[in-house]
Formats: sequence, C-alpha cells, structure tokens
Amino acid sequence: MIEIKNLHYQYDEKMEALRGVDLFVPEGQFLAIVGHNGSGKSTLAMHLNGLLLPSSGDVTVNGLNSKNPSEFWSLRQQVGMVFQNPDNQLIATSVEEDTAFGPENLGMEPSLIRRQVDEALMTVGMEAYKDKAVHLLSGGQKQRVAIAGIMAMRPKVLVLDEPTAMLDPRGRNEVMNAVHKLNREERITVIYITHMMEEAVTAQRVVVMEEGTIVMDGAPVEIFNQVEELKRLRLDVPLAVEMVYRLRKHGFLLPESILTIEELAVELCP
Amino acid sequence: MPIVLDHVSFTYQPDTPFAAPALHDVSINIRSGQFVGLIGHTGSGKSTLIQHCNGLLFPLAGQVTVDGMPVLPKGKDLKEIRRKVGLVFQYPEQQLFEENVALDVAFGPKTLGLEDAEIQRRVRWAMKMVDLEFAKFKDASPFELSGGEKRRVAIAGVLAMQPKYLILDEPCAGLDPGGREEILDQLKRLNEKGLAIVLVSHSMDDVARLAKRLIVIHEGAVVYDDQVRQVFSKAKELADMGLDVPAVMKLMMLLKEKGLDVRQSVLSAEEGQEEILRVLNHA
Repeated sequence: MIEIKNLHYQYDEKMEALRGVDLFVPEGQFLAIVGHNGSGKSTLAMHLNGLLLPSSGDVTVNGLNSKNPSEFWSLRQQVGMVFQNPDNQLIATSVEEDTAFGPENLGMEPSLIRRQVDEALMTVGMEAYKDKAVHLLSGGQKQRVAIAGIMAMRPKVLVLDEPTAMLDPRGRNEVMNAVHKLNREERITVIYITHMMEEAVTAQRVVVMEEGTIVMDGAPVEIFNQVEELKRLRLDVPLAVEMVYRLRKHGFLLPESILTIEELAVELCP
Repeated sequence: MPIVLDHVSFTYQPDTPFAAPALHDVSINIRSGQFVGLIGHTGSGKSTLIQHCNGLLFPLAGQVTVDGMPVLPKGKDLKEIRRKVGLVFQYPEQQLFEENVALDVAFGPKTLGLEDAEIQRRVRWAMKMVDLEFAKFKDASPFELSGGEKRRVAIAGVLAMQPKYLILDEPCAGLDPGGREEILDQLKRLNEKGLAIVLVSHSMDDVARLAKRLIVIHEGAVVYDDQVRQVFSKAKELADMGLDVPAVMKLMMLLKEKGLDVRQSVLSAEEGQEEILRVLNHA
C-alpha cells in the first residue's frame, strides 16, 4: 500500500508544485489521476519511487520511506514507472534484451532472469515478439515492452504517466488491456495518470488534482457526475456522461450513474 | 493552386539491406483554404507523407508540386516552398530555444531577410493568432510557460512565416482537455481566415470536429480520401486498420444495433443529442 502524508514539493522558491497532498492507496487498487497540465500529477508520480524526494512530508510504499537511504533501492524495485514517450524508455536492440535490462541490473540469477522475462512478456502479450528489434514495433507494442521490462523486476506498484498519449487507437486499447490484466491477475497496484476520461472511468477510483492539491477523490461515478465542476477545472467528461447531461437538460431523466456508451445504449433501448 | 502529390513513392535507405518502403503510389492534393484530417496508425506513413509536402523528403518516384513549383532537391523554389508550407512537428515546444517568446517567434521571419518593422508586425500578428497577449508574453522565457502555452509559441513561430498551408502532426498530444480545446479553436479560426490546414491526429473526435475532408493512410498507401462522414461510415474497415470512429458515432451505432432508429453519421455531441431527441420525441 501507498501512504502519502502532507507532501509538499518545491521546484524552486517561486514554484510549489505540491502543496500538502494526503493520499492512501490500498494494495491492488487501480487509481486514475486526472488534472490539467501543471496541476502536479507528474510531480506526485515521481515521488512514488523516489525520482523526487519530498520538500516536506512523507511517501511510504509498503513501509519503505523514500527519504530513508537504506530503503531507497528496495523502493525503486517495488515501484515501476512508465512514461509517455515509448522511444525514450527502450534501450536494448531486441525485445527480450530490453525486458531483461532491469532484472540484470538487480543482479538476479540468469535462470531466474530467463523465467521472469518470459513471464513478463507473456503477461503483456508480447512473447511472440521476443526476438524482434525494438525499433520495428508499433507504439502500443513498445509501451507494452516498457511495461514488461518493469514487470520482470516483480514490482508491487506500477505508475503510468500518460502511457497512451502518443498512441493510435489500437495502441491505446492494447496498453489499457495489458494494465487492467496486470491489476486483475497479478494484483499489481496501478497509478494511472491520464487526460483521457474514457480511460479514467475504467479505474476503481479517480483523484482530481488542481494547483498541487487533491480536489476530488472518489469512485468514477461520483467524480464524473460533477460535470460543471470538471469543466471549471478545464477537464473533460466521457462522451456518455456528456450525453446524459445533455439529455437530462431536455427532460429525459436518465440515471447519472451512466459512464460508458454501452450503459447508455442499454438505458435508451431497454 | 494546391499542393499536389502525384504518384509518390518513397523508401527509407533504398538499395540497402535496411530498405524500408514507406509510401506507395500516393496521389493527393491539398487545395488552398481546405481543412483536411490525416489519420493512420503508427508507422502507416503519415509523417513521411507530410515531410514530402515541403521538401524535407523527396520522392523516389512520382513528383510533388506546391502551387505549381516542383519540389526538388536543391530546386530554386525550395525556400519559397518551405515558407508557404508550414510544418509543426510533434512536441514542437522541444524546438524552442530563444531567451524570450518574442525572439523565438521572430526567428523564422528573420531568416527571410525582412525589415525589422515587418518582423515585429508579424510577431505581434502570429502571437495574436494563438491568443498569446503580446505585452504579457513577449519577455517571458518560453521555458517558464505551461505545456499548452509553449506549444502555442511554437505554432506562432511557424505562423510568423505567413504560410499558406499549415500542417500539424499531433498538435494536441499530451495536452490537457483545456489546452487541446484552445489549440483546436485556434486552428478553426485560422482556417476561417483562409489558411489551409492539414491535421494529423490519433484522435478521431478531434478530426471529426474540425476537418471537412479525411485522408486515411495504411501501409504507405491512401485507402480513403473523402468527406469526413463518408470515411467514418467505414467503421469496420477502420477498426481493421487499427483506427476507430468518433465516440459519438460508436454510441449511435450501438443504438441502431439495439433498434433505435437513429442516423449513424453524426460527428459531434450536439448532433448526437439532436438526433437522439428527434427519435425519442417521436417514439
């Protein structure tokens, strides 16, 4: 589990990126973080594995405090990060070598590395590509290899910072499906930062950030019902929510719990 | 006068073991004042195609002309062609480098050898076009701005060249919904002022909202080139190519499947709302 207590982070005297964040994420949760550019999402994410250290306050993951130098490397191993641009994260020439890079650096036994790499590629559905050259893959495939490289280190938490921003529709689906599968089947805790509300509704819980603090926190249905508040925060709502909002204004009292177009279709065509 | 690609084929590293064919017999034209969407999955050839439009790449076979001027390596019109066809790459803010916004926007026009007063006029105009207030932003360091603002500075730098055609590769990638909205609104207004725009995007919702015409490229070839509504009516074919239709269209298709007699070819939430209301009120 992740525990963040009164976290402040200051880039310099002028710019306080996080202004007192408290967040508790139980093990196995799928949490989406949304908020406009500059709201502090990425700064928060980078605290989860010690890429940034708190100016004040504490970040602990399974009891490991990022400020404690003796626990730092265990923390890094437990919390893996995936960023926006797939091309900046892959380093080796073949898929298999790239996936093995992390475990090799942890000094694991070669036979164990072999097994973990195979399993990791299997969980993201890239096992058929293990001998392929990384630069020949599509964006969605590259992101899945980046995720496999982290999974091969057996982390407890996966932090993804807009992993689909550069991908085409198929790539977005591939990555979303892989992340959900890891959460469901491997019980990996997922922290998923996104601007795409269609992705955020698939999480168990959504946190909205604004000016370095958490301003909304709840189940997707609780968050996305507040259409006007979200628009004020310069955020979007999923199409189904927008449509329910519009139709309700015209007197069709559809339930506000609708989040997806499938749910809306069922409601309109019983 | 248009940009014309006439039977263009292109291969990266031709005649080597690494040869990678990227475009195959592509013929399209972009007429002045049009708003064209260009979609295709990663690696389909979109970026290769747009780089042919202003002579960053040259065809291996076929030819490209811009307003009648042939696009040729070392061609005499190349400088004029590159001025006429403005290209905004992915993550253009990575190319900002000057100490303040006004200098960054002025960089392009300076290379045209214009008079100082004209350069200043263009900088002000370009910044106005992207809603960056001159007095407020001219002395700001580009690196202190928000993601959306940085991107608008980069677009202003291209606009200051006063292009006739503006081609943008994923101008909204990585922006929050508010930033995306701003960029899309500005593109719409620029087009209304007569600038031809080619929008390359992975967001079907964005192209549906703005483009009149949609070009779909797959494995280096043009598969569709038609009105947006016509192209998005090929939902299955698009899905097979790793693409999609706008979310609102997916909703309408589902409703139709379940027996609600709605028109499927709607492109925006407003249109969808009207269509659903029309059918519900008549039921």
